Amino acid sequence: MDLIPALLRGLGITVLLAAAGIVLATILAVLAGSAKLSRAWFLQGPAIAYIEVFRGTSALIQLFWFYFVLPLFGIEMHAVVAGILVLGLNAGAYGAEVVRGAVQAVPRGQWDAATALGFSRGAALRRIVLPQATLSMIPAMGNIYIELLKNTALVSLITISELTFTAQTLRADTLRTTEIFLIVLVMYFIVAQGIASGMRALERRLSLGRDVVVRT
Amino acid sequence: MNGRGLWDWGFALEILHERLIPALGVTVLATVGGMAIALVLGLVVTLMRRSRNRIVSRTAGFLIEFVRSTPLLIQIYFVFYALPQILPFLGDGRLSPMMTGVVALGIHYSSYTSEVYRAGIENISRGQWESATALGFSASDTWLRIILPQAIPPIIPALGNYLVAMFKDTPMLSTITVLELLYTAKDIGSESFRYNEAFTLVGVLFLALSLLSAAAIRFTERKLAVAR
Repeated sequence: MDLIPALLRGLGITVLLAAAGIVLATILAVLAGSAKLSRAWFLQGPAIAYIEVFRGTSALIQLFWFYFVLPLFGIEMHAVVAGILVLGLNAGAYGAEVVRGAVQAVPRGQWDAATALGFSRGAALRRIVLPQATLSMIPAMGNIYIELLKNTALVSLITISELTFTAQTLRADTLRTTEIFLIVLVMYFIVAQGIASGMRALERRLSLGRDVVVRT
Repeated sequence: MNGRGLWDWGFALEILHERLIPALGVTVLATVGGMAIALVLGLVVTLMRRSRNRIVSRTAGFLIEFVRSTPLLIQIYFVFYALPQILPFLGDGRLSPMMTGVVALGIHYSSYTSEVYRAGIENISRGQWESATALGFSASDTWLRIILPQAIPPIIPALGNYLVAMFKDTPMLSTITVLELLYTAKDIGSESFRYNEAFTLVGVLFLALSLLSAAAIRFTERKLAVAR
């Protein structure tokens, strides 16, 4: 029990990292997912490159690349910044495909109606299509947020003293290995359950008054 | 930078040939080993989850949820540092880092493969079960001859996606000194003070293999769609 306060401090950092990563990932997912659907090559090309590169390589390699290689190009950043950037960029690439899928699932007639009403393609996407697509994105986005939370453990390897880093330090100091890792696993589990139930609540809220079935 | 600029092609080719390609072999071996465990264990957990015994099915369900929503890195540490304490017969380095890593990958991904199996099995219509019973098939014959042969082919692409995901998670094994790609790249970096070539090449290797596998999965998906 004497281990709990130190681990809770680590957990606090983990939650902050995850929250910042989730915000960044959501923004990137919507931008890249929409850009991939664009007819303009200068939007579509970079979006596809971003999505493929970040989905095709490992999160850990991306992290090390940002932290060890970018400084060679004169781009030096604090470990926390590198951590949040990689967490967000990585999850954002997966999220972009979710956004794309959800947008494509909106019936064609919605686009046609928007065009008939004089909306530009961009305005139709922002005002008509995305708001309708949001609900169906939520379950998959929830899974991506949980993957992001799990990936926060990786930033311990670039010396950010979040939960996993704290656990490793305590393990070296106390040798109470089993106890420490069990507590840490339970802590991650609880936060993940929190994200899952938060997303379910959001889904219920967004589906109020809409003719859809929400999973329980 | 040893006065060789930001990127040295000679050095890049040398480390690629002498160090990174052999390390890629270790990475692939870990992936294949981990997937073998994930495929078997995932099926076992799925069957447990379908058990009529409430305690067995609830426990399996909880384990899947728990393993899936906690970080693989901690699970690797747990198997590496804590398991030998809990099970003393595993102590004294009897489980090599590579074995530890493969076991941890296998356990982690069994929580994903079991969900895939579940979806595959639930897609088999009731009629198949009923016909098997009507024809007097035993439980094991029903599973092995009727249900699984129909349930598994459609889920091969989904299992393939997790194979690729696992491949991309193998760099975490570098933390327990498995000499896979990332560990080798770090080694090269600290010996030569040239991180750029090593890390970038590792990234490119992962990207190339992931894109190839994604293409292979799409190809399989189309073939399966035609076959049905």
